[in-house]
Amino acid sequence: MTRFILRIAVFLLLALPARAQDAFTGALPGLAGGFGEIAASVERLGSLGDPRALPVLRALQDGTLRKAADGRLLVPQGTGFVDAATGQPADAAGAEAVRLNNRVRQALRGALGRLQLVSPDAAERGAAAEAIFRSRGADDVPLLQAAIRREAVPEVRAKMELALAAAQLVASDESAKREAVARLGAAGTVEARALLLEARATNPGMATAIDVSIASIDRTLSFRRAAETLFQGLSLGSVLLLAALGLAVTFGVMGVINMAHGEFVMLGAYATYMVQEFCRGVPWLAPWSLLLSVPAAFLVTAACGAALERGLIRHLYGRPLETLLMTFGVGMILQQAVRLAFGAQNREVISPAWMQGTLTLPGGIAVTQNRLWIIVFGLIVLALVFAAIRLTRFGLEMRAVVQNRRIAATMGIRTGRVDAMTFAFGSGLAGLAGVALSQIDNVSPNLGTGYIIDSFMVVVFGGVGSLAGTLVGAMTLGVVNKVLEPWAGAVLAKVFVLVAIMLFIQRRPKGLFALKGRAAES
Amino acid sequence: MTSKPLIMTRRAALTGLGTALALPAIRPAWAQGAPIKVGVLHSLSGTMAISETALRDTVLMMVDYANSKGGLLGRKLEAVVVDPASNWPLFAEKARELLQVHKVDVTFGCWTSVSRKSVLPVFEELKGLLFYPVQYEGEEESPNIFYTGAAPNQQAIPAVEYLMSPDGGDARRIVLLGTDYVYPRTTNRILRGFLTSKGIGNADIMEEYTPFGHSDWQGIVSRVKRFASEGKKTAIVSTINGDANVPFYRELGNQGIKAEDIPCIAFSVGEEELAGIDTRPLVGHLAAWNYFMSVKGAPNEEFLKLWQAYIKNPKRVTNDPMEATYTGFRMWMQAVQKAGTTAVAQVTPALIGQTLMAPCGYEETMLPNHHLSKPVFIGEVQADGQFNIVWKTPTAVPAENWSQFIPENANRKK
Repeated sequence: MTRFILRIAVFLLLALPARAQDAFTGALPGLAGGFGEIAASVERLGSLGDPRALPVLRALQDGTLRKAADGRLLVPQGTGFVDAATGQPADAAGAEAVRLNNRVRQALRGALGRLQLVSPDAAERGAAAEAIFRSRGADDVPLLQAAIRREAVPEVRAKMELALAAAQLVASDESAKREAVARLGAAGTVEARALLLEARATNPGMATAIDVSIASIDRTLSFRRAAETLFQGLSLGSVLLLAALGLAVTFGVMGVINMAHGEFVMLGAYATYMVQEFCRGVPWLAPWSLLLSVPAAFLVTAACGAALERGLIRHLYGRPLETLLMTFGVGMILQQAVRLAFGAQNREVISPAWMQGTLTLPGGIAVTQNRLWIIVFGLIVLALVFAAIRLTRFGLEMRAVVQNRRIAATMGIRTGRVDAMTFAFGSGLAGLAGVALSQIDNVSPNLGTGYIIDSFMVVVFGGVGSLAGTLVGAMTLGVVNKVLEPWAGAVLAKVFVLVAIMLFIQRRPKGLFALKGRAAES
Repeated sequence: MTSKPLIMTRRAALTGLGTALALPAIRPAWAQGAPIKVGVLHSLSGTMAISETALRDTVLMMVDYANSKGGLLGRKLEAVVVDPASNWPLFAEKARELLQVHKVDVTFGCWTSVSRKSVLPVFEELKGLLFYPVQYEGEEESPNIFYTGAAPNQQAIPAVEYLMSPDGGDARRIVLLGTDYVYPRTTNRILRGFLTSKGIGNADIMEEYTPFGHSDWQGIVSRVKRFASEGKKTAIVSTINGDANVPFYRELGNQGIKAEDIPCIAFSVGEEELAGIDTRPLVGHLAAWNYFMSVKGAPNEEFLKLWQAYIKNPKRVTNDPMEATYTGFRMWMQAVQKAGTTAVAQVTPALIGQTLMAPCGYEETMLPNHHLSKPVFIGEVQADGQFNIVWKTPTAVPAENWSQFIPENANRKK
């Protein structure tokens, strides 16, 4: 008897690969068909558990899978191609790429997830669990249970358990389903909420349990939403801060209304682009291009600022209206010059990898990396400006000239040079804003026009000549804007903020942080 | 119904008046040798310059093309370029300048609907002829304008139908995002009517507008994510115009919204707009147009060769409004040859019924409502910034400029 069972077992073991092979080769031709057929055969390949399916599906995902005129499928291997069914080298001449659509991509994600659940790489297993979570089916339950038993990495295991709960929700086991509802409720994510709502429609008997879970998710989410709104507000605030800092120096300290400030921001963004293009030719420099563009943008715009001050503005000191008109004209000239030199097309500044994607903070608060870095950058620049004004000789001379030009001159300070340096400094700060904006906005000739009004608003609201006022003003405007946006819409939120500032300026013409003392009176 | 005869008589009277006014213009001295003047009314500066400069170049290329074929009616063509600078009232002034000072025979121009609305009375008053090459919201029909872009039923409606089909992902919740002006608002009004007719209620539609050049999309994109968590498949329909698209797509990528989960279909994003973006995170997002540069076939190859030779850059892309400009220009040339004159009163009737094998690979016909029959394509963004066509109509679709999904149009006769 035992020998008989053993014989059957051996027979089965031998027969299994042969059958799998049949199923594998049987599923392949579908990949050469229409999108519907491709999706169906991808799903079959994913459920077979045949390791040979992995390179085929990966090639499909990368867009390197080819179909020959006779319907054979070719997978890239090394420099050439092999036949997907036989594994023999094949000639890819005349074969065309198999194309994807979103339906195929969805099937592909699930299928690859199922195959990669046994991958030796923990990150791949985690991604596989996430993929199954999104495309779960009742059949995934045993697969995931087996994987969870094997799993040693706690984070990956947590992801698998969540995927298991998602799969159990669509399986037929009632008690497992209840457990799944509770687990998804504890997960507290937007995706889990969507799954629960979907299940609620098909399981009227469990509506109350599901409602409890959804209510608990909603509590978590509302806290998270508040935190994210705050972050978004601070992020908008930091952009405003960067754009306004230079103005706080040229307008706040020197009193020059520089309408070309926005164009200096734009020049900074173009300098970033130029540095990137330069670094592209030098491979070891390429990852550092964004950091290199910080000093480059500062120097370029500072030089332009110095030239503008020495060449034009100094002849117009004390005539604010003429200065305003003249700098407005300079701004238009700069815009058109850049358009002539670089074309009307937007220029692409690529974000480095560490600035892409989302970072999940403890508590599940998701913040986008580029915004986070811009907040950090804004605060660093603010600290440097503060240090430059308070701690350096240049800052001292600048303050002296602002407070009393004549006495400063009698003390041996070359006021003209200080004026030029201050204006160059403010313009250089605009260039730094351009570096940051190149990461979140379009590098186009009219980049600056969108920020000039906001920058003046921040400086006037915060209090002319006060750095602390600029910081508080920018952050307040950013947060108020983002809090208003969900229920007023982006357009109306801006209008409300503008009206609020107008009323505020009526009451306190000097802004939040009014300068006191004799210097402020004059 | 009651008002119809009135309109007809007024229109007939206007046409008659137009002929009377145009007659003295065709002086015999003009007909021999004097160049035919082609007005170009596209913004070369300001926010719309990014899109419109390519159209100026397309018209200039076509003028060269016509001259290389020996001109029209034995006369040379001459382009008159003006710059309305993305300034809507200036469009009207420049249109008047083209018609009165330069006395152009035909004008190619405008991109935004605002600019077209601003020049429309000028063209009607001075009996000009304008070719408008961009997809728009419909609800307009001027005797002096020919619309060579798509009407809503040739772009917006098929696009949403695709999203709701199994291949498009079976979407049952729709987010309508747009820039705050007439085109997105009217299109979304039509789409809302269409979605209601398909049983999608107001609770399943989210609608938001942003200003031109909006760059901070964090809040809106996270609200879209939340909207998508109600247990039904969600898709975004974007009528965002101009360069605000770049930060929008960047935010979609950064917040991890994949096309498999929430596909986004755009009506104003073409090859030119994608030229400024890193498209890798966007693979799978969609666009609906009546032409893509990746269309196969001899007419498109001819168009591409002409363009890249003219612009002296083998990498420059083409897009839908450029194709519409090309098609309009060719049809105008055919109509002028048929009419034997460039006089607007004769060319207008000669244009109706003109056909052309357009670069999109379909034969397009100029219909009596001054719009074209056009095929509809749905394309997916690819990593190289081109579109992979995933769906197309079997034949060219005739334009319905008065949408059946706007209640006021119910008793308007087509």
